[in-house]
Amino acid sequence: MKPASFQYHRPKTVDEAVALLAKLAPEDGRVLAGGQSLVPTMAFRLARPAHLVDINGVAGLDRLAVDSDTLSIGACVRHAAFHRPVTDGPLGRLLAEVVHHIAHYPIRMRGTFCGSLAHADPASEWCLVAATLDATLTAKSARGVRSIAAEDFLAGVMTTTLEPDELLIEARLPVLPADTRFAFQEFNRRAGDFALAMTLVTYQVDRGRVTNAHIGVGGAEDRPRRIAAAEQALNDRAPDAAAFAAAADAAAAAMDPMEDINTSAEYRRDLVRTLVRRALEQAAP
Amino acid sequence: MTDRHGITLTINGRRYSRNIDARRTLADVIRDDCGQTGTHVGCEHGVCGACTVLVDGAPVRACLMFAVQADGCEIRTVEGLANGKELHPMQRAFVENFALQCGFCTPGFLMLAVGVLEREPDISDEALLDVLSSNLCRCTGYANIVKAVRAAAKEMRAR
Repeated sequence: MKPASFQYHRPKTVDEAVALLAKLAPEDGRVLAGGQSLVPTMAFRLARPAHLVDINGVAGLDRLAVDSDTLSIGACVRHAAFHRPVTDGPLGRLLAEVVHHIAHYPIRMRGTFCGSLAHADPASEWCLVAATLDATLTAKSARGVRSIAAEDFLAGVMTTTLEPDELLIEARLPVLPADTRFAFQEFNRRAGDFALAMTLVTYQVDRGRVTNAHIGVGGAEDRPRRIAAAEQALNDRAPDAAAFAAAADAAAAAMDPMEDINTSAEYRRDLVRTLVRRALEQAAP
Repeated sequence: MTDRHGITLTINGRRYSRNIDARRTLADVIRDDCGQTGTHVGCEHGVCGACTVLVDGAPVRACLMFAVQADGCEIRTVEGLANGKELHPMQRAFVENFALQCGFCTPGFLMLAVGVLEREPDISDEALLDVLSSNLCRCTGYANIVKAVRAAAKEMRAR
């Protein structure tokens, strides 16, 4: 229950950090941000990185700001930063609602938004937010900078398309239009546990018809994603019980659910149907 | 393979300069290297909350932070709560509400509750319940713990 030995590195700038990663990633060097998933994994000796590059002291990575129509979230912005709305309008309220479902208060003091994305737990609330709202992620390495769409970034259980020498320096979320309706629903057996299934929905209503529906599902499959069939079932319909039920059925049908010793695929599929329906109802005018 | 670092922790106002291996957790260094054994170590993987301490005012799991990361930080532990012989209102509330049985989880609950209330004095009773769900009490004395924290919250707000 004690982590194995490693060499500790504490860069002061992003350039120093990526230079270290370029050198150390081939020798099993990893990034340490909030550490709320990595350190327990190391305590269990499931991870034994030879080097840790601690980015907590890197200047500028705690930046959290709205740049025109985008919310930029730096690599060291902690979950607790979202306890209160970080921006006016629905996006700030949405993030403030979702954050209270992430682990527990002391974990939220240390854990980071971008760290959750890089860890890519299928039941990560922030991964669901990134997928549902079409986040764009910025990865930097000594080789250069690239932008990655959230749907291309999340590749499977604890797996992303980030290269070992790349540092996820920022996530960008589009600011939601003022009339966006949203709801988040998740199911777990105890407060703070990993969700067995969860959903985030956003949509607008224009002249009595749903437009711009985003229906994301997490915790049920190997990674959170938008469910196009459910969105199609909802767009251009009146926001009523029949439309919500159709979208929920479409989401459930689209699932390829994970199974574990306590939870069958069919159970997760049913949870998805119920949670999507509840979320759409909760968001309704 | 060791990787030693010279660090300075300020624990309850007293400075401790130590030379420690990078792999040592903050919880272990507080206890074993600085002799402040009021902070308890339970699960060692961030689930039980017994090791909760305040790092620069934030309640965190001391087992999920490496001590080297806390270099230069102000740390508060249960030993720093009382003012001489006068108990902190949170400690007194725990006594008055019978909120401890075996006492193992108590330092973690105290630091969690004090840390949250100092940051958010006006936190609702409902939100406090959610905060307290973070820590485990194997005596299952939760009802009295919640009662004590709510009582102390009222007193701390009144001050």
